[in-house]
Amino acid sequence: MSEAAVMHPGAEPQEAPLTPESWGKLGMWLFLAGDAMSFGCLIVGYGILRHASTKWPVPKDVLGINLTAFMTFLLIVSSVWMVLALAAVQEGNKARFNKFLGLTILGGALFLGCQAYEWTHLLGHRLPELGISFSNDLFATTFFVLTGFHGMHVTGGVIYNSCVLAAVNRGRYEAKHVEIAGLYWHFVDLVWILIFTFVYLL
Amino acid sequence: MTSAAHSASAYIKIFYILLVLTIVEVAIVYLGLPKLLLAGLLVIFAVWKAALVAMHFMHLKFEKRTLAVIALAPFVLCVFLILMLLPDIFPH
Repeated sequence: MSEAAVMHPGAEPQEAPLTPESWGKLGMWLFLAGDAMSFGCLIVGYGILRHASTKWPVPKDVLGINLTAFMTFLLIVSSVWMVLALAAVQEGNKARFNKFLGLTILGGALFLGCQAYEWTHLLGHRLPELGISFSNDLFATTFFVLTGFHGMHVTGGVIYNSCVLAAVNRGRYEAKHVEIAGLYWHFVDLVWILIFTFVYLL
Repeated sequence: MTSAAHSASAYIKIFYILLVLTIVEVAIVYLGLPKLLLAGLLVIFAVWKAALVAMHFMHLKFEKRTLAVIALAPFVLCVFLILMLLPDIFPH
């Protein structure tokens, strides 16, 4: 793949079919499209169950949205750090890249910490107070399935980004690999924006 | 992809727009608007934010059309999914 890139340097025609340099990106986009369908099914299922239910609590009264608004902020900021890290590695500025990708990873880890705190609080205090549990209430089930599935994606993203950080510093990864990792990370951010609106605010 | 598309200030600008939209979203939830109006506004803001992330952070605006087609596919499929489930959503 990289040999092909060296043999045909520069001058990628604008509307040509995807070239070998873009195969990784194409692969990531195909994966994300499939992944978006998984999230899409869960969100549509959530909507239908909510519509069909006779009793459904107002989410913000049960969940509280101040912490999750902060979590949304964390993911958006870490997305910005990711694009700044990509810009830095494209300019060849390794120190700046390390700083911003490190911050991206930190943002993701902080998000997971907040989510762990939120889940503990909900499962230990809030839901028992309201007399509902994970297994006997559709509101609780859909909430934990959706946020849990997303949380696993954030966990994967933190691990993925950490691997990219290590691989770039060992000289095995270049800017194009960072761009592909960035696509995944922004996708996770994008999905959270939708979950935050549909599950917490609506 | 031009270098202008990658300039840091452009990304920071998108970040501020996303931040303001998020604050507005949370604010209108506390405002106590009619339910349908609130739902409509929230969906518009969410789709707007998601589109900003996809277009600018994921560079969809500056990519070949093939990738945009791939990115749109799940949305089309989700619309079909909802259509097929309509009999379940509104049973007779």
